[in-house]
Amino acid sequence: MATEILMPALSPTMEEGTLAKWLVKEGDTVSSGDIMAEIETDKATMEFEAVDEGIVGKILIAEGTEGVKVNTPIAVLVEEGEDADAIPAPAAAPQAEAEPAPEEAPASAPAASVASEDVAEPDIPEGTEMVSTTVREALRDAMAEEMRRDELVFLMGEEVAEYQGAYKISQGLLDEFGARRVIDTPITEHGFAGIAVGAAFGGTRPIVEFMTFNFAMQAIDQIINSAAKTLYMSGGQMGCPIVFRGPNGAAARVAAQHSQDYAAWYMQIPGLKVVMPYSASDAKGLLKSAIRDPNPVIFLENEILYGRSFDVPKLDDYTVPFGKARIWREGSDVTIVSFGIGMQYALEAADELAKDGISAEVIDLRTIRPMDTATVLKSIQKTNRCVTVEEGFPQGSVGNYISSVIMQEAFDYLDAPVINCTGKDVPMPYAANLEKLALVTTKEVIDAVKSVTYR
Amino acid sequence: MAARKTTKKPNVSKEELLHHYREMLLIRRFEEKAGQLYGMGLIGGFCHLYIGQEAVVVGLEAAASEGDKRVTSYRDHGHMLACGMDPKGVMAELTGREGGYSKGKGGSMHMFSKEKHFYGGHGIVGAQVPIGAGLAFADKYLGNDRVTFAYFGDGAANQGQVYETYNMAELWDLPVIFVIENNQYAMGTSVQRSTKSPSLWERGAAYGIPGEEVDGMDVLAVKAAGEKAVAHCRAGKGPYILEVKTYRYRGHSMSDPAKYRTREEVQKMREERDAIEHVRDMLLTGKHATEDDLKAIDKEIKEIVNESAEFAKESPEPALDELYTDIYADVLPQGSAA
Repeated sequence: MATEILMPALSPTMEEGTLAKWLVKEGDTVSSGDIMAEIETDKATMEFEAVDEGIVGKILIAEGTEGVKVNTPIAVLVEEGEDADAIPAPAAAPQAEAEPAPEEAPASAPAASVASEDVAEPDIPEGTEMVSTTVREALRDAMAEEMRRDELVFLMGEEVAEYQGAYKISQGLLDEFGARRVIDTPITEHGFAGIAVGAAFGGTRPIVEFMTFNFAMQAIDQIINSAAKTLYMSGGQMGCPIVFRGPNGAAARVAAQHSQDYAAWYMQIPGLKVVMPYSASDAKGLLKSAIRDPNPVIFLENEILYGRSFDVPKLDDYTVPFGKARIWREGSDVTIVSFGIGMQYALEAADELAKDGISAEVIDLRTIRPMDTATVLKSIQKTNRCVTVEEGFPQGSVGNYISSVIMQEAFDYLDAPVINCTGKDVPMPYAANLEKLALVTTKEVIDAVKSVTYR
Repeated sequence: MAARKTTKKPNVSKEELLHHYREMLLIRRFEEKAGQLYGMGLIGGFCHLYIGQEAVVVGLEAAASEGDKRVTSYRDHGHMLACGMDPKGVMAELTGREGGYSKGKGGSMHMFSKEKHFYGGHGIVGAQVPIGAGLAFADKYLGNDRVTFAYFGDGAANQGQVYETYNMAELWDLPVIFVIENNQYAMGTSVQRSTKSPSLWERGAAYGIPGEEVDGMDVLAVKAAGEKAVAHCRAGKGPYILEVKTYRYRGHSMSDPAKYRTREEVQKMREERDAIEHVRDMLLTGKHATEDDLKAIDKEIKEIVNESAEFAKESPEPALDELYTDIYADVLPQGSAA
């Protein structure tokens, strides 16, 4: 009985990969555990082992093929005496029986590069060449450029050096900057966060990568009590120039302890700056600003966005200032305010709403603290309606804060109550259907807009 | 703690002994005054006095060189005075006044001096330990030969981040001296009631860090151990642990009735092991000073302390607009790396 070998999902967010190399050829006998191929995901190159015994009857996907979707048959394993060619060509078959791939999950994202098609980025000179870049590459480029610029900048974290980054953000940095400046730590977030804070007091400029912000909970005392408060407690003598960065929020199917959005937590703390980019150009420009900032900066990334491509301006030194929101799309009927991956839902909703004749203005806050509430208020004065979108929990959300600012400063302009679209008030469940339900959705944003526009 | 061994004729100069005497006495008189001001309501909140432990910081500061760094917990007044910070600025911070080191915004537990390389004053038990290692990390990164003293108590010695830090400090050969000021009580819990292992410094062995126990009531012993530790760190051999056995005469804080130990225990320590009396004895028996000489020093110290108290009372409260300053820096206060 012939067995199809399918393109494996090798990470929670993997949707496709490159079949980098076959290590077996047709006619080879393999047994369970033999390495059959090398597969490159967005994070790493992985070896792929045989699960069953048999003879490699046919290789369906040639090595070097990029963009092979998860669950696509890549080879056929036959038994002794079986003829691979006699088997109906499975490669042509769609993934009918395949289990629901992450396309169902929130990980699904428009494959195309997202360009700022509606409103041009104001800080970019006209005629600048734009290069399609992933958020992952943009973050790496930002760190590399700042490390070239300033010898005091170094990167510290779990697996940042030899492993090239758990999410491949620091790929190549060890080679360029060496082990003195790209430093692997033991798995001790509390300890190395404290060491980095001390190093910042001592005159260096550390970038601390948390493998995810969930693990930064171990270090939160050092972030808040030591990094954020010392300038004040020292009467302005002792600054802490440090960046704490890493993926934040839900990835896909990693459940409650690995899926939480901390934007609202850190937003509360005077002394911290909190950044949460959506696009690759903002990821790059804001991270460069964060590294240069003389204050502690919480830089919240998103694993699902890492692989997304956006246009990034080809400039020698592209920075994005803090405290300046970006209007992605101008509109007149409603203001949708979001940040980070929430922008995905906001923009998708705006596209859908346009079909119904509702014109939505979409604002990306980009930095949560300082927050550009002026841009939001100005927009509300035009649209008289507001919906906020974020993945975090509802109680004490970023949207709650924005609502209160709008209520106090633009109450007379409101024609409807502000609606906060958020994640649900539950720990993140593991089951695919429940996870989908727990996250904020584009449909919820559309419904909220229809509600505030009384449609 | 064993009774003091019969004093061998120590190989120490008159000037050095007088320096130790003066420095320790300054801390004691300062702390007595702080206690008094607390009682008068001029100092608020928590106030943790260092009385009894003076030999620890004075001995270690004598082993430090210009540019070396120090960081400690909330029981920090002694460390600040010993590293040369101005008693006026320290006392005015205790009273929450504009003339304080943190302009009145930090208080007793949170004070800093960039100039004297004093990095706080930290209110969270144990948090200063990785910070101290981080200061050492910065020095190593910058390629200088400075050493950091990271002070913490026997209570903090049970915090997990201490051991995370030991591991990384030894892994990366950081020039940091972990100074465990074992005053035998973590607030009201004696070491025996919190810790099964008899010695705290020996825990460093699990991480490959050498160390030793030091008689913290003998300033010369502390200094000698400090010199050894400094030499180890400066030679690039990584961290070193000093467990300095000491004793706090006063309560954990001003509001501590200290019911967890007997009055006799405290009295015995003061009578038999007091670090200042020890140096005083050496000065007198070694004929380095007369009673009158020492009285003159006492008077001088008292004046310094009184002046600091006067300053702390007269310095105005911070201006109201200080509420909103120093939350964010526009430029780095420390400028480029030191």
